[in-house]
Amino acid sequence: MTTTASDGRTVGQPALSAAKGSDRTASVSPTVRQSDSPTPVVESRAYNFWYGANHALHDVTIAIPPHAITALIGPSGCGKTTFLRSINRMHDLTPGARRTGDILLDGGSIFAPGMDVVALRRRIGMVFQRPNPFPKSVYDNVAYGPRLNAMAAPREFPDRVERALRQAALWDEVSSRLREPGTALSGGQQQRLCIARALANEPEVLLLDEPCSALDPIATQRIEELLVELKKTYTIVIVTHNMQQAARVSDYTGFFYVGQLVEFGETEQVFTRPIDERTEAYITGRFG
Amino acid sequence: MTSLPVERLARPQSLHATDRSDRIYRRVLTGFALGLPLLILIILGVLFTGALPALKRFGPTFLWTSTWDPVAEIYGAAPMIFGTLASSVLALLIAVPLALSVAIFLTEFSPGWLRQPVAFLVELLAAIPSVVYGTWGIFVLIPFLRAHVVPPLKAVLGWTPFLQGVFYGNSLLAGGVILAIMIVPYIAAVSREVLLAVPASQREAALAMGATRWEAVRSAVLPYGRAGLIGAVILGLGRALGETMAVTMLIGNRHDIGVSLLQPAYTMAAAIANEFSEATTNLYQSALFEVGLILFVLTVAVNAIARVLIWRVARGQAVGSRAL
Ligand SMILES: Nc1ncnc2c1ncn2[C@@H]1O[C@H](COP(=O)(O)OP(=O)(O)OP(=O)(O)O)[C@@H](O)[C@H]1O
Ligand SMILES: [Mg+2]
Repeated sequence: MTTTASDGRTVGQPALSAAKGSDRTASVSPTVRQSDSPTPVVESRAYNFWYGANHALHDVTIAIPPHAITALIGPSGCGKTTFLRSINRMHDLTPGARRTGDILLDGGSIFAPGMDVVALRRRIGMVFQRPNPFPKSVYDNVAYGPRLNAMAAPREFPDRVERALRQAALWDEVSSRLREPGTALSGGQQQRLCIARALANEPEVLLLDEPCSALDPIATQRIEELLVELKKTYTIVIVTHNMQQAARVSDYTGFFYVGQLVEFGETEQVFTRPIDERTEAYITGRFG
Repeated sequence: MTSLPVERLARPQSLHATDRSDRIYRRVLTGFALGLPLLILIILGVLFTGALPALKRFGPTFLWTSTWDPVAEIYGAAPMIFGTLASSVLALLIAVPLALSVAIFLTEFSPGWLRQPVAFLVELLAAIPSVVYGTWGIFVLIPFLRAHVVPPLKAVLGWTPFLQGVFYGNSLLAGGVILAIMIVPYIAAVSREVLLAVPASQREAALAMGATRWEAVRSAVLPYGRAGLIGAVILGLGRALGETMAVTMLIGNRHDIGVSLLQPAYTMAAAIANEFSEATTNLYQSALFEVGLILFVLTVAVNAIARVLIWRVARGQAVGSRAL
């Protein structure tokens, strides 16, 4: 497992300041990708997590390669969401949460004392398991990030909103009702609205927690196409219960089982020649 | 009918008594429950019949006449309506920022161990009797205003019509400030419950986009709870409009319309409390009844609006019911 960042950044020094502004997209240009041993963007080391007394994650060590789609699979309650939320420090607000081990972004610990959590979360976008649009208009939902982070001149916002909505395969359905509340959309539309909202923020890493669970096959397919398109510039981690989806779109797959990362590797290998028998049992549908 | 023996077993004789007492209990409760709305109607009816002579005599002019002359038997409620609204608005201007800050601090920023004690103390403020506030106002608040608030205010804003005249103590300002202090606990308690009802997923959505804690509150939590927060404020307004004792002790009780905060004023509630025992003629009494009627309609309307708004945000959950 790769443990050092080979792009010259020193471990322990957050690379956030360097990634502000226009520099941020430059640092994730597709050329960074190396076919045989990609530099991990997100990496966890012996990461343990507790909700109070509930030990939800055990020694999770994983290196998530950049510009690729990493699927996290596993039965319900095995800690996939918990791990995903750890990556953008969403657990900061969870009462009774405790952790050991470390998670690195570009070689720097996200838990380092001087870490700017706000900047971290701008770099790591997240789509939650349950759609959580704001009770604002569709437009304002998507424009939330650009406004908040003053990412562009306000006159550019409409274009950004449209682009994000198109990417999320929602534009055709909502282009005539941008002023209606986002909460008035259907569940699946809300989920895509949340995806659009995350995309408009132009993160470097995109965490998606079962983004297609409420979508019909057509919308699902369009989201999958989007993800494949996005991985040129983004690093994507997707939690999914859909084995076919994991097999179809992901480059790497991690299998979680009762709080442990049982197996992690290239998707093709995990699905055709799993090393652990529990992985095999799960993907062949014998439990889960 | 094979189940008959089982039924007999499950419903032994002795239960029938409980059944009947249950029924009686339910009827009594239903009676009480229906009795309360009935009581409101009765109050309305009494106020209306009491106010009838004045209503007949003055008609709608009662609302905008400023004379209140028991000798000449001419009554107009304009100064009291004005004083009631002015003191309440002043109270809201002071109380709302304060109460919202308390609520936001308690729900979003306070360390966990501080939450319950502070919330408890704030709610305890609502339990202090009105007359105690009034006494405190006379002996502490007015001297404080005279020494530390009015001079700097006059120095900066003395040229505005709102600070004309000499500050003798009992005034719109003193009444408004005491009202503000009295309604802060209500607004804070209800706002707190509204904010607690905002789902965590809304905060998380904002934080995940790179919002700071404060930005998340401003851009996600407050808008989500907006209707409920407005409801909390209107509820505070409802209390301010009807508050009697403390205001009577501090506002100066003068039938006068003046925009200066330093001058005495009057409120509807204070007038009723002060003058009912002196109301020797029928018309005088009736005029006070009509003032009561106006106050009743106003506060009921304000509270109804508040409750509808609070319910809307929490979709039928009685958010804030504990504090009401
Ligand atoms: N906020 C929380 N407080 C306490 N325990 C929690 C909390 N969230 C999750 N857990 C517990 O942590 C464990 C892992 O939950 P997690 O949500 O990460 O599972 P998951 O793999 O995402 O499941 P699913 O596929 O159903 O979404 C479960 O045992 C769950 O009960
Ligand atoms: Mg989950």
